[in-house]
Amino acid sequence: MAEFASSGCLFFDELIDEQTNKEFLDDIGHTDIDKADSVNDFYKNIKATSSIPRIPAGTPLKEAFPKNSPLDKIFKNEVVEGAITSLVGSNTIVDHQFLHITFPTKYFNQANQRQMSQANHQDSTIDPRSTFDVQLFYFPTEVTKEMGGTRYHPGTHLRIVNEMAIAKYQNILGQKSIVCKPGTIGIFHSGLWHGAGVNFSENIRYMFKVRLQPTEKQELLWDPEKKYQPLPNRALYWTDETKDQTINDILMRSYPWQEADTNRLDKINVVKFWRLLTGHKKMDVDYWLTRIENELY
Amino acid sequence: MAKRQKVLVLYLKFPSLEAEVISWATFDGTGKKLHMTGDSDTPPYPTGLDALLDGWRLFQASQAIPEQPGEEYRTSYLKHEFFFEKLEEGDF
Ligand SMILES: [Fe+2]
Repeated sequence: MAEFASSGCLFFDELIDEQTNKEFLDDIGHTDIDKADSVNDFYKNIKATSSIPRIPAGTPLKEAFPKNSPLDKIFKNEVVEGAITSLVGSNTIVDHQFLHITFPTKYFNQANQRQMSQANHQDSTIDPRSTFDVQLFYFPTEVTKEMGGTRYHPGTHLRIVNEMAIAKYQNILGQKSIVCKPGTIGIFHSGLWHGAGVNFSENIRYMFKVRLQPTEKQELLWDPEKKYQPLPNRALYWTDETKDQTINDILMRSYPWQEADTNRLDKINVVKFWRLLTGHKKMDVDYWLTRIENELY
Repeated sequence: MAKRQKVLVLYLKFPSLEAEVISWATFDGTGKKLHMTGDSDTPPYPTGLDALLDGWRLFQASQAIPEQPGEEYRTSYLKHEFFFEKLEEGDF
């Protein structure tokens, strides 16, 4: 949970079994690029034949997918279920879902189009809430480096920006791209900056996404016995390096893209986020909030 | 001979050209190279000053705007933005 609070993302490599991946790919009619004429026709076919249902926004996740369909099996995986319950609760609702398909270079050459990556953005719109949504990603096939898997920027989730208004940041230090084995699941905080890469391989790249909303406060959903206790203050700057690493080191992690000044605000926002996630409204890490809350006038 | 503009945008760690580059974008008006999002993991220069030393001309820098009262801890866009250009002559 501290890792999610700090970076805004979690990954579970090869979580979904081979059989379910195969069922998912069969269900959407996965085929060679040579047999896919146009992006539109490809989507039309999938929409016409696959078991992926049309889900009205606000439908409970529990009622969203047909029983025993590949997606039903994925959401019943105990790790997926546990992660979703921990982040958005067991009564989460579906905002939307989409099967993202990234076509390889060959397709763009045939269609005489310029093949460009997707610019960096934050999904949806300006979101100043304390509540957060999650976006769950499922990769049914292997994603190699050249397939241009989703690019993301760890630690950007608490920066409040307006969707594509971050598109001018072509490259950001510390940027990562998803490279994974089939069956990998990724979970992003809804504020995480990201964009789709370019697919320079010979194969079609798929990514199935579901955005989930909580219906309850996201406080200790990950700790049903409510045992979490914040760690006591530790020495600052003149520190004791012999001490073991704690979750406070995860919460206080810096990211290479952060400005020297704003990096401190990023830490403050992680502590504020951790207060919400733990319900300890006065807790602090490394005195960032205690110092500025010591207002005597 | 015609002239074309190449634009380099650098985001720095703090608002001085000595500071390290944390984000960058290049737009090539000569058409020789198509830059796009995510096309490089290493900054073109370690600092803003290194871009000047390589002949880039600074034409815009972000101003220091005081944080709005009550919103001092809100974080948003990258703050220290510097726009550079190079003009290239040729037959385009
Ligand atoms: Fe997106």
